[in-house]
Amino acid sequence: MKYLCLFFAVLMLLPAGAAVWRMYLGPNAADRIMAIQVLGTTVTAILVLLALTSERNSLLDVSLVLSLLAAVTAVAFVQRAWPDTETDLDAD
Amino acid sequence: METLTELQWIFDVLTGCGLLWLAWSCLSSRNLHRAVVQFVSFGLLMSLAWVRLEAPDIALAEAAIGAGLTGALLMASLARLPLSGSADIRALKSAERIAGARLLQLLRNSLLFAFALFIIYAIFFLPPEFSGLREEVATEIENAGVRNPVTAVLLNFRGYDTFLELLVLLGALFGVRIVGMQPVRTSMTSEPVLNILASLLTPILILVAAYLLWIGTDGAGGAFQAGAVLGAGGVLLLLAGWRPARALMASPFRSLVLLGPLAFVFVAVLPLLSGRALLQYPPDSAGTLIVLLEIAATLSIGLTLCALFLNVSADDGEQP
Amino acid sequence: MTPTDWFTAMLLGLGTIFFIAGAVGLIRFPDTYTRLHIATKTDNVGLGLIVFGLAVQSGSWSVAGKLVLIWLLVMLAGASVAYLVANGAISRGIPVWKR
Repeated sequence: MKYLCLFFAVLMLLPAGAAVWRMYLGPNAADRIMAIQVLGTTVTAILVLLALTSERNSLLDVSLVLSLLAAVTAVAFVQRAWPDTETDLDAD
Repeated sequence: METLTELQWIFDVLTGCGLLWLAWSCLSSRNLHRAVVQFVSFGLLMSLAWVRLEAPDIALAEAAIGAGLTGALLMASLARLPLSGSADIRALKSAERIAGARLLQLLRNSLLFAFALFIIYAIFFLPPEFSGLREEVATEIENAGVRNPVTAVLLNFRGYDTFLELLVLLGALFGVRIVGMQPVRTSMTSEPVLNILASLLTPILILVAAYLLWIGTDGAGGAFQAGAVLGAGGVLLLLAGWRPARALMASPFRSLVLLGPLAFVFVAVLPLLSGRALLQYPPDSAGTLIVLLEIAATLSIGLTLCALFLNVSADDGEQP
Repeated sequence: MTPTDWFTAMLLGLGTIFFIAGAVGLIRFPDTYTRLHIATKTDNVGLGLIVFGLAVQSGSWSVAGKLVLIWLLVMLAGASVAYLVANGAISRGIPVWKR
């Protein structure tokens, strides 16, 4: 069972990589913010799987904190930093 | 068992490469928004790395601060910066082209390179089987008053470290208040969805902060993690448009940010009266003192982080 | 492997398929709104299946409860953020993909 959990944890790095790649590509800020949301979910899933692999319940607390704070960055962006014209962000 | 370690190896190599690439691309990015997003994802992956290094305490702190609060703080600071392509940025770029700046850049890069070489050199000359101070901590843990060795080190054996960290946080708050601010880019809109999110999450955040504080004496957790979670609750409320009442902004409440450092000073000086050294708690009451210190530290860390965010993100005309 | 283990393996496999499908969508879909749509699928179904697969294994109510709480919180955050981002994108005139 441990083996299986770890196997799925390694497999889960694939969507994490995809999210990081989308973050790099953009093309606009909305895509990046959503990519970070997906990455957060993926890391939470990996942590849950690792918690069962290593039988340490404190890892569950780490994923609990991650899931609690998952929205904070995105909400701060939407409420604060999103400029009214979209093209400006990607001009170098 | 063989395949288990092999899989772990694959996992570690992939995470490590991802971290290095993210760090590089975050630092070299000219698009500030992308850099912030990549910094937050670096924090997410870093908490995975800390878990793999069997350091759940640091993983918790990284998850709360690196992946949660820093993102909000950086986004709020981003709103204060001039947009790329504007006149200020063009002036900055033309300053970069001056010959002296180029020389300075070269000097800086060579210094950094030498430092990197030194670190690599130091890694190769580490003793292969060195357990640090683990045994000393293990023998002294009975007198520490707590069962979690990390908490014992942070609040008992090396209490002044934590005290100075609290002062650093306070210094950051003063720094933000001193620096003049550019106007905010986006005006806040009132979102019903956000109100619901904040009103659902805030009680859970407070509960989890208390839980982390309590469990910190036995396992992973502690004042910094709890304070960060508490601060995130405040940040979420501020983002949803909630503003503290005027009475709460008055100086008695404002000085609550000093609660943690002051409690530390008090607890540090107390043993001097009974002929002990600074911060050397009497063993039988060490547990109580540490829990009290942690409660004070949690409250003032949470409040300081909130105040930081309020100061960075306040609308014009608002006097935080 | 016991029947419970097989059940867990099946749920974990299904969850991973949802995650990978989400990843493919995140890379391949043509515009912001379709990518927003696929991103929430991983939150809801993918993590849900994984959480239930592991909750069956955990053997204690407190661990299982914590797992379900994590799932609910991620869904709450994902849904709210998806709404906020989509709303902001529309009001800023980010174009919608048309074939």
